[in-house]
Amino acid sequence: MRRIISVLMENEAGALSRVIGLFAQRGYNIETLTVAPTEDETLSRLTLTTPAGDHEVEQITKQLNKLIEVVKLVDLTEGEHIEREMMLIKLKATGAQRAEVKRTSDIFRGQIIDVTQNAYTIQLTGTTDKLDAFLRAIPEASVMEVVRSGVSGISRGDKVLSS
Amino acid sequence: MPAPARGHFEVLSLNQGNIVEKLSGGDMLIRALQDEGVDVIFGYPGGAVLHIYDALFKQNQIQHVLVRHEQAATHMADGYARATGRPGVVFVTSGPGATNAITGIATAYMDSIPMVVISGQVQSHLIGTDSFQETDMVGISRPVVKHSYLVKRAEDIPETIKKAFYIATSGRPGPVVVDIPKDITNPTDFFDYDYPEKVSLRSYSPATRGHTGQIKKAIKLLSEAERPMIYTGGGVIQGNASEQLTEMTKLLGFPITNTLMGLGAYPGTDPQFLGMLGMHGTFEANNAMHHCDLLLAIGARFDDRITNTVSKFCPYAKIVHVDIDPASVSKIVSADVPIVGPVDVVLDEMTKLLEPEVAKRSDKQKQMLKEWWEQIEGWRRQECLKVDREGVSDETIKPQEGVQAVFKATDGKAYVTSDVGQHQMFAALYYPFDEPRKWINSGGLGTMGFGLPAAMGVQMAFPDEQVVCITGEGSIQMNIQELSTCSQYGLPVKIINLNNQSLGMVKQWQDMQYEGRHSHSYMDSLPDFIALVESYGHVGFRVEKLSELDDTLKEAMSLKNRLVFVDILVDPKEHVYPMLVAPNGSMRDMWLKKGVRT
Repeated sequence: MRRIISVLMENEAGALSRVIGLFAQRGYNIETLTVAPTEDETLSRLTLTTPAGDHEVEQITKQLNKLIEVVKLVDLTEGEHIEREMMLIKLKATGAQRAEVKRTSDIFRGQIIDVTQNAYTIQLTGTTDKLDAFLRAIPEASVMEVVRSGVSGISRGDKVLSS
Repeated sequence: MPAPARGHFEVLSLNQGNIVEKLSGGDMLIRALQDEGVDVIFGYPGGAVLHIYDALFKQNQIQHVLVRHEQAATHMADGYARATGRPGVVFVTSGPGATNAITGIATAYMDSIPMVVISGQVQSHLIGTDSFQETDMVGISRPVVKHSYLVKRAEDIPETIKKAFYIATSGRPGPVVVDIPKDITNPTDFFDYDYPEKVSLRSYSPATRGHTGQIKKAIKLLSEAERPMIYTGGGVIQGNASEQLTEMTKLLGFPITNTLMGLGAYPGTDPQFLGMLGMHGTFEANNAMHHCDLLLAIGARFDDRITNTVSKFCPYAKIVHVDIDPASVSKIVSADVPIVGPVDVVLDEMTKLLEPEVAKRSDKQKQMLKEWWEQIEGWRRQECLKVDREGVSDETIKPQEGVQAVFKATDGKAYVTSDVGQHQMFAALYYPFDEPRKWINSGGLGTMGFGLPAAMGVQMAFPDEQVVCITGEGSIQMNIQELSTCSQYGLPVKIINLNNQSLGMVKQWQDMQYEGRHSHSYMDSLPDFIALVESYGHVGFRVEKLSELDDTLKEAMSLKNRLVFVDILVDPKEHVYPMLVAPNGSMRDMWLKKGVRT
């Protein structure tokens, strides 16, 4: 199954490459990856998704924990969590298409954030499934460009991942 | 602030009322290594480390050994670390110096050996410009280090060095690379020097003891077992837990086996010891593994050279696994009772809890253990290590006999290093070690060329001890240039060359799996090893007859202050047995000799 692993690590040069290197070295896949500093600027929060069974995810988390720069990590999919991904999508929007694209975007609670005579740029936020569904709902030929942020996630309730 | 000093002297300044030294980056590095207690560095100078070497020149507390190839420097530091338990230290320059060190770093990484490698880097402003002798050392070493640092400010040197040693030596040990750009060690820039007494890292805290609840579960399983088996690896040696292991094993009266990396952790000549296990393990050790109903694994990692087919591994056993590294537990084989902690502390606690359990053993339990031992003695009667001299002339030397003769000539007390191949297995099987840290070989990475430099590192640490390198004509040629270093530093290593004129292990596999097609496994145009070592000022003996073996080795060992190279011509057709049957075999499926399997 797809796992969302969220890692708190030292915000230092080279830390990210160690995480990525670990996945390459041990033959694990990364499907999405997102990383940015936290409210504490000495720490970065990295979130990645990886397809892994129970045994594999145990190894992944243990090996990640061994990296000196990794402070803490959690497999968010183990508990209740919220996940979000953002997508920016540029669509051909001319003639009758303009209204149709706008309607579909509204259904998915997208926002049109840039407009030209020929195109709309839409911002869409949600789970990976929702973004995939949007892509299925619009005619393939109208898609000009898709940019996805990769998954970010956080635990539900009072539980936090902190140093 | 005093005017910057020129030249080599140190400047003092005041910092919060305390007088502190002001040192250049290069001097800070050397001073930090002194403060860390380093007594010897193995290295090779070059452009990016010239400032560092100049700082080294001005002191005499740390000895430097100038090697002939950087790979050898890392193996020397490795051998030093394996024999002493203290971290080995290496200096290399940027670019080719750094890349040459990689094999040795990887060797240390695979066997969890503490090592600190200081590599020079091009000047900070040149990094990333493809400048002369530039290579991304932190990048290229990343998969084979426990951790690495690129030092960006000279004032960070003391703390970085402290951290490097702390990380290299604590938890599951390993190599740490510290990459230092040349400008950071500039002799004309001075900084306050203050070596931290300790460092702490919020993201790194190795376990200091095992979980008591888990230990109690293990005690229960150990007390109930009918066919128990103890299997221990390099972790017991690196964790300095041989004493604890021996005490606990003797208390329990259980059979024990060691991995290739773990030999010497339990006395090799003790009757409870069943010999090495695994690919070339003994008949009795492998069978006891297969049939046991409780496996106590300590500081071992269920390597593929141990388990054979994982799904057929120890089919009847509950498994207790003690290891300092949580990632080693349940990695290959799922543990029923995992215990993460330092092996010495865990074993101490286990022994304490086991004493009353052993005291109240029932007659039935005693009988079970007795029957288990009877079964094991049955396997022992197979005499799997008996040298088979069938079909060879009286004077033919079998490689096993070469090792047995070395054991005799050294009273079994030498430090023995080996290279990789058949001779390595023969050394492991025919030279029993009664003490830890005396058997030094590259188990994980299997690095040919390891033996001689490793022996040199051991000899540097223990100048008065007998240090023997058991090698073959293939492996020795991978770092033979170090004979020159041995001349320079007067290292009286004894090199035992089991010369079968071929890459024996490769040939063995080709015999067994490729219908004897010896694709590039023979050594054409071997040098005259005797003439070669003599040209370096050493002593060389050649042995071709079995009847001359003992006397020659005795003479070689008696030359206390000389490097002696003993070139022993051995039976080139010999194979290493037992050998696990692969693929799809279990641990009890073994080849016992040519064409004969279980």
